[in-house]
Amino acid sequence: MKIPLAWRQLTHDKTRLLVALAGIAFADVLMFMQLGFRDALFESAVTFHKQLQGDVFLISTQSTALIAMRSFSSRRLYQTLSFDGVASAEPLFLDTALWKNPQTQATRGMMVIGFNPERSLMTSPGLEGGMEKTKIPDIVLFDAASRPEFGPVPDLFKQGETVETEVRSRRVRVGGLFTLGASFGADGNLITSDLNFLRIFPTRSKDLIDVGVVRLKPGVDPIATVAAMRQEFASDVKILTKEEFVEFERSYWEQGTSIGFIFTLGTAMGFIVGIVIVYQILYTDVSDHLPEYATLKAMGYSDWYLLGVVFQEAVILAFLGYIPGGLVTFFLYDLTRNATSLPLYMTLARAITVLVLTLIMCLVSGAISVRKLQAADPADIF
Amino acid sequence: MLNLAKSQTSEPNFHDSPQPVIQIENLCHYYGTGSLRKQILFDINLTIQPGEIVLMTGPSGSGKTTLLTLMGCLRSVQEGSAKILGQEIHGASKSEMVKIRSYIGYIFQAHNLLGSLTALQNVQMSIDLHEHISNQEAIAKSSQMLAQVGLAERTDYFPATLSGGQKQRVAIARALVSHPKLVLADEPTAALDKKSGREVVEIMQRLAKEQGCTILIVTHDQRILDIADRIINMEDGYLSESV
Repeated sequence: MKIPLAWRQLTHDKTRLLVALAGIAFADVLMFMQLGFRDALFESAVTFHKQLQGDVFLISTQSTALIAMRSFSSRRLYQTLSFDGVASAEPLFLDTALWKNPQTQATRGMMVIGFNPERSLMTSPGLEGGMEKTKIPDIVLFDAASRPEFGPVPDLFKQGETVETEVRSRRVRVGGLFTLGASFGADGNLITSDLNFLRIFPTRSKDLIDVGVVRLKPGVDPIATVAAMRQEFASDVKILTKEEFVEFERSYWEQGTSIGFIFTLGTAMGFIVGIVIVYQILYTDVSDHLPEYATLKAMGYSDWYLLGVVFQEAVILAFLGYIPGGLVTFFLYDLTRNATSLPLYMTLARAITVLVLTLIMCLVSGAISVRKLQAADPADIF
Repeated sequence: MLNLAKSQTSEPNFHDSPQPVIQIENLCHYYGTGSLRKQILFDINLTIQPGEIVLMTGPSGSGKTTLLTLMGCLRSVQEGSAKILGQEIHGASKSEMVKIRSYIGYIFQAHNLLGSLTALQNVQMSIDLHEHISNQEAIAKSSQMLAQVGLAERTDYFPATLSGGQKQRVAIARALVSHPKLVLADEPTAALDKKSGREVVEIMQRLAKEQGCTILIVTHDQRILDIADRIINMEDGYLSESV
């Protein structure tokens, strides 16, 4: 068995190794956090979409995102019933309204969702059975994961107190809780029946809806149905499968805003910090040991062997630095999740992405620092 | 030697005993190009037979080290012929030169030991290059070699904890452990005091006789001239033999 020179060279100076690993771990944490925030923000933007129970969705062509919905005629929605394979078609109303904090009387905008309580259009946790209560006038369901600025509504409600406040100057009572969570567009959410929705927004017509939720009979291909509907309808409504609807919202935030760019830039910064740190370590290793490496060349070790040593060091650093980086990230994700209620979780895909980025980072540094190896000329050491 | 005999093509042949280890004919060498081209070595002819210990002396800048690096395949031959271990190295490819290097033991003025490896592992680096033997055998062989240079008690020391003479002895063990047919040494005693310098060359001399290898030492050190079978002198790029 050969002597593992790369390992020996790295571990000989423990302090330097620790500094190197701390640096790489730092770069990893930076990349993990930036990628995590980005994904969590995009994820929070589509939580609502994912909770919707439908196969095909209709929206106005002028709608760009949940925060910028344009109503369209409900006739379009009911036309879809003429297609074979359509089981049901339900209107969904969306709007924003000012909610008055029941304790401080401060107002803040939140999203109000309205639909027929007979139909379980959403699968938000806690919503089961709650819709029944919204059949009573001016009863709303409150999102327990809303930001605290709306008041301690979930706590009060759980204590059995009657929570009454004003939404858009209309007196409402909280009849139940559900969990959806804050997103870019809305700091909090209310769900109520379509009739209560129109009571809160008296100027809106029940014939102008924001989202049409179509359900298909079992076994019907949504993609083919959507294609057929697009043929049939004039271009005044957008018809999307559930995946497309989620993607529609996500791409708005990814491409229509600078959020994606900002966090990708942050990731790139972490990557570059890592390259600089690893380069420093490897370059110092090579230049400190130039006479020894030249001696190895004189003894008959090939250039490839020495290249191999530097790249092995790079790979060892990548893996050793990734471990503490990943552990710290778990802790920070947990911390952030509790502080912001963002859906920030470690995913396998992200863990692999960052590992690959770390490897590339270390190999790039290795590739830059091996240029120094060429200076190790055995003819010079005599 | 086993290991050498095993290897394939372009293998130096050591079995024709009269064949010289080094045979240099009409060798010239230049540094620089164009108008800055300066001739360093002039028409060098040198033959060294197996088992000889040859000392090369001469003032600084006379071309000793250039000649040594040419013989050690660390530089390409420009003009003339040089056969090292029976193989012509004028026009040899880079990989052929790397191969020939591995049959030569080098001892430098600075010991150039790897600081992250123990004395034993430094010696083992040379075995790893040559032989495919088990780790235990390599360790046994390395520690035996270290014992021969008087460092049996120091095998697990890192170079930083060894004295100058001890480090140079590790370097000698490293150069000789693979039984090279040719050892090239450049001022091996320059950094050592009189006593350790003497010890070092005596170890080299003894091991060379035991292994039957040829040694060429470049030195300024008058104290060690007596170990040589032959002394050659280099001056201004010309080689002369002193008797």
